[in-house]
Amino acid sequence: MANYSILALARNALRRHRHWPQAWRSPNPRPSYDAVIVGGGGHGLATAYYLAKRHGMHDIAVLEKGWIGGGNTGRNTTIVRSNYLHPESAAIYDHALKMWEGLSQELNFNVMFSPRGVINLAHDPGEERELRRRVHANQLAGVDGEWVGPNQLAELCPILNLDPGSRYPVLGGTLQRRAGVARHDAVAWGYARGADRQGVDIIQNCEVTGFDIQAGRIEGLRTSLGDIRAPLVGVVAAGHSSHLAAMAGIRLPLNSHPLQALVSEPIKPVMPTVVMSNRVHAYMSQSDKGELVIGAGIDGYNSYAQRGSLPVIEETIRAVVELFPITSRLKMMRQWAGIVDICPDASPIISPTPVTGLYFNCGWGTGGFKATPGSGHLFAHTLAKREPHPLNAPFSLERFHSGALVAEHGAAAVAH
Amino acid sequence: MFLLDCPWCGPRSEEEFVCGGEGHIARPVNAADLDDAAWGDYVFMRSNQKGAFYERWRHVHGCGRWFNVLRDTLSHEILAVYRVGDDKPEWPG
Repeated sequence: MANYSILALARNALRRHRHWPQAWRSPNPRPSYDAVIVGGGGHGLATAYYLAKRHGMHDIAVLEKGWIGGGNTGRNTTIVRSNYLHPESAAIYDHALKMWEGLSQELNFNVMFSPRGVINLAHDPGEERELRRRVHANQLAGVDGEWVGPNQLAELCPILNLDPGSRYPVLGGTLQRRAGVARHDAVAWGYARGADRQGVDIIQNCEVTGFDIQAGRIEGLRTSLGDIRAPLVGVVAAGHSSHLAAMAGIRLPLNSHPLQALVSEPIKPVMPTVVMSNRVHAYMSQSDKGELVIGAGIDGYNSYAQRGSLPVIEETIRAVVELFPITSRLKMMRQWAGIVDICPDASPIISPTPVTGLYFNCGWGTGGFKATPGSGHLFAHTLAKREPHPLNAPFSLERFHSGALVAEHGAAAVAH
Repeated sequence: MFLLDCPWCGPRSEEEFVCGGEGHIARPVNAADLDDAAWGDYVFMRSNQKGAFYERWRHVHGCGRWFNVLRDTLSHEILAVYRVGDDKPEWPG
């Protein structure tokens, strides 16, 4: 399969774009594989890619219930950052951020990573102390971060309402300059193409309906396209993780909630950065198409319906109109929800399970997209070596028994 | 978005309520005897059911009382609303 390049683009343009090669195959499942990844989102496809590329495992299938990247990979607000509080979290998210920086070259697929900076606002002295503490913790952990006052904020984001008389005045904020946004679909497609080129079978419209477990060891899976034998299975199913774990007799510390987002009609460039506010609960950036991309909160109850409730949207829009008054007459074009798997400590789980050969990568909750390359890389290591990488060792299931939680509710930014 | 039929106040918008998570999780009576694994299971592990799900709700902007709900987490259909202490309704299928 040919590499994408400016020459390939010119050559195909002359041929009216009718002869681009297929980016990945659509094979039928084989009866057995060395390893099966359940879930064809960014994390699952990245896992398969790194298993093949870094660990020489090519007899792999990725099973996806719907279409690749159709779940939370295609439903998030595309923000990539690593300014988490604790050293364990800063290390795992910054590992991912460093991988983002070279990802388009690695995959020969433009994931449009745009490190345009992410700002987290403080609206009261308590929040300011908390955010300053996080900046200091980041600097100690080797993650870039700085405190910015209102004057700097006015330069960084001119549409931000800095009126000291507003209901929740902006006192300042933190800025991570290396953070930014990426094109979410491209990440799934880039990893799918990369994995397919390494011989990985990507099987869409294939739902896992059960596991074949004998004497505490995984032997294979039951799927809507028949049984598949595999001694090694990695489940990367976000909001459906508990549902799949139950099929293997495992309970997880997760609750599934809808997380909503919405986009406005496209307008000229007005917003050169990403702004997030925990206090009033809104975050916004502008896509390359000109739409303002707005993230809302989670619904306060468990749900597997991929639609959110109106009160959550109303609350977010109220906050956005106050923070960015120019948006008050903008029309919103689309609104949607993804089902996120919320962990009690707002940190992920990349872990073996009581079933030998069965591993879970879940609990990313409201912030999994930013971790896609790092999550795939570390989960591939965990699967191939059958033991965690030092970076994901603190994120085991076992921490819910030992009590060594990694509480990141502040840095996770979405209220839950 | 849905209406919840508060056992004391009648049908009200979901905005008046707060969900207290999974219901019918009894605190172990022999707490002192539990090992870390059993205690962790009680504190953290949840069924997170897709489909019919037993949960607790509180009418915070109304009577302030706790009650139980059996709700389908996929369709959001309310299958049963019952008071604390009432018998647990049958799990539908």
